[in-house]
Amino acid sequence: MTTKSTDKLWLSGNEALALGAYEAGVKVASGYPGTPSTEIMENLSKYDGVYTEWAPNEKVGLEVALGASFVGVRALATMKHVGMNVAADPLFTSSYTGIRGGLVIINADDPGMHSSQNEQDNRNYAYAAKLPMLEPCDPQEAKDFLKTAYWLSEGYDTPVIVRTTTRIAHVKGQVTPGEKTSSSVKPEIVKDAAKFVMLPGNAINRRKFVTERMKKLSEFAETFPENRIEWGDGTRGFITSGISYMYVKEAFPEASVLKLGMVWPLPEKMIRSFAEQVDELFIVEELDPFLELHIKALGISCHGKNLIPAEGELNTAIIRKAITGEDSAEFAPVALPPRPPNMCPGCPHRGLFYALSKQKVFVAGDIGCYTLGFLPPLSSMDSCVCMGAGVSAVHGMAKALGEEGMGKEVAVIGDSTFVHSGITGLINIVYNDSYSTVIILDNRITAMTGQQPNASSGTNIKGEPAQMLNFEELCRAIGVKHVVTVNPHEISETKKVLKEEINRPEPSVVISRAPCVLIPSEKKRVKVPYWTRIENCTGCKACLGLGCPAIHWVPVTPEEGAKLGFKEKQKGYSEISIELCNGCGQCAELCKFDAITIKEDK
Amino acid sequence: MIEQGNILFCGVGGQGILLASEVTAFSLLAAGMAARKSEVHGMAQRGGSVTAQLRYGTKVYSPLISPGEADMVVAFEMMEAVRYLPYMHSQTKVIVNTHKIFPPAVATGKMGYPENVLAELTSRDIDVKELDAFEIAGKVGEVRAVNIVMVGVLSTYLPIDEQVYVDVMNERIPERFRDVNIKAFQEGRKIAAA
Repeated sequence: MTTKSTDKLWLSGNEALALGAYEAGVKVASGYPGTPSTEIMENLSKYDGVYTEWAPNEKVGLEVALGASFVGVRALATMKHVGMNVAADPLFTSSYTGIRGGLVIINADDPGMHSSQNEQDNRNYAYAAKLPMLEPCDPQEAKDFLKTAYWLSEGYDTPVIVRTTTRIAHVKGQVTPGEKTSSSVKPEIVKDAAKFVMLPGNAINRRKFVTERMKKLSEFAETFPENRIEWGDGTRGFITSGISYMYVKEAFPEASVLKLGMVWPLPEKMIRSFAEQVDELFIVEELDPFLELHIKALGISCHGKNLIPAEGELNTAIIRKAITGEDSAEFAPVALPPRPPNMCPGCPHRGLFYALSKQKVFVAGDIGCYTLGFLPPLSSMDSCVCMGAGVSAVHGMAKALGEEGMGKEVAVIGDSTFVHSGITGLINIVYNDSYSTVIILDNRITAMTGQQPNASSGTNIKGEPAQMLNFEELCRAIGVKHVVTVNPHEISETKKVLKEEINRPEPSVVISRAPCVLIPSEKKRVKVPYWTRIENCTGCKACLGLGCPAIHWVPVTPEEGAKLGFKEKQKGYSEISIELCNGCGQCAELCKFDAITIKEDK
Repeated sequence: MIEQGNILFCGVGGQGILLASEVTAFSLLAAGMAARKSEVHGMAQRGGSVTAQLRYGTKVYSPLISPGEADMVVAFEMMEAVRYLPYMHSQTKVIVNTHKIFPPAVATGKMGYPENVLAELTSRDIDVKELDAFEIAGKVGEVRAVNIVMVGVLSTYLPIDEQVYVDVMNERIPERFRDVNIKAFQEGRKIAAA
């Protein structure tokens, strides 16, 4: 990965974080995939001497890392911002226990919601859990800050959060590799109940420790070299951090800037002194007025969200325009047909959602590629909140509506998501006895984030064979008496099963099982594409109801239609792009006129 | 030649935009320039409209190109070139693969693919270089080399010797794909000169 001219590496922020973890001597790392954090663990798994894993969810991942830290090795947990919500329980109390081996949590926020259901600002977690948080501004800093984080963790007996955002995680830049370091902590079992057993008597004491620790860290923040002032002219002064620093430097190259490498706790004296030496103070940060609120609480007056948007990502132009009114844009957008993401050609979810779209039910959805089932023409998702929410919510609907609601709602959840947070909801359905039906969309992989294996895939993060969770047995063990497995590519059979199970007055689970077309074995499999016999096509558009990217409508003029032998009313025909077709056959099953057949039949 | 600049690659998820931006970035770095690149991962990669933003020069801070500041736009799909009009300025050079990929509303017959869509650019006096990169890649013998054909065209606008690119491709592309990609790159350069 070196570039010849410089011997520097060209790395994304996530690749740089993996290198940083390796250089820091991390021994155990656990995480759950989630954009924009996924590539950290994927890349770290390629290094020798570090154990990596995909955990069922972020809470488990953080607890695994915490356990490793308790026995004295450097440990890492990775997650996206909403994953931090799941891991919040161990996060808050690990602040009290502190660590033995260095413990770092990498949290990736997604301002602008490129691939997320919300854009929460997780700097608030550092404040709330009383933990230090570092925020790099580019891949080089990402690597360096991760190493600093382990030093801080062991020096101050604290978990440390390293916060990235999408434009750190998925930005590439040059990175100079560094020395491999290691911990002075000896890996061994140490019994230390006063530190590790957080019942009230002990926790009260650790609470005092936490206050002291944060006081010491506040003092450290004053001299931390990564909290630095770059003096420019004194008219405008900016306090900023992370990617916003880059935008400020570009928009106002002459201005004075206080760049915070550590966004919690804050260097109060440094901030006061900086504020005094500039005419006008601006706080530039994405999302919440986090720095602004804490700086205003010091009694310092400044501009912040009165000018800078609190929603979405920032960029150089937004900041420049907010402060000076200058606009770099010359041309306004032109109206065009939208191009939203779509399920792949041959995606098994498409068959399931097509069948579901005929049921006229409320579909309590979940997080994954299948959330795209919301989009037309399938339009088969009616709610999506967080991982596992659909399974629990459908039970709530059943309890609210009673008999009136029977057969009118269903939950859908992916395989990885079911393992992440769906199992407890299913236990609730059975235990508290509702007629709810849960569909597990089992495509054998965690697909949206780029095909990471999970507990039901049969392989681990390194692609080695692993125990495969058996959903049928699991659901039966929970007490679900009706567990049916379908192949979603067989649409009419799937429809029949869905109708039966959704209307059943008892808990039931439908497992919709067919592999994701993007998993390596499926990519390698030779597929026989389908094609359209134009002479048989009546222009009924049934196949277009699937919304498959490989099928498109070709309009024809009456003259062209006559030439093709079409009836007068036929306005066009469907055509399959053979190079895109993955040969799933869903469209052929829908076609009543034998106009879609496999290519070999020609 | 553009000594310092902003290159916006745009198209549809799955078209090889990341590799094209990566080969260009490596060539800029090999030529001794600083660079930063921003990519799109996650949901948009499922067939949505995607970009890779590459900025180069002596010192680069922001990894994002601001609206009105793209010096080059490399569009892998015709309509996508126009979608990113707000990123262009009157001197922007636009390279367009005239290949069409229908978005869902067009594929299902709800909307038509806009006719003569590039007129939105040319009518604003923006310089547009059109080519059928799909056809060129097919002639070279590998339709998947569309992205490298585009890199070839782009290379003629950048201050880097042809040999730097060839060296980068020799170093980074697996041997079995190497020759066809280098050929695709050279065909791209020829088209640009034509």
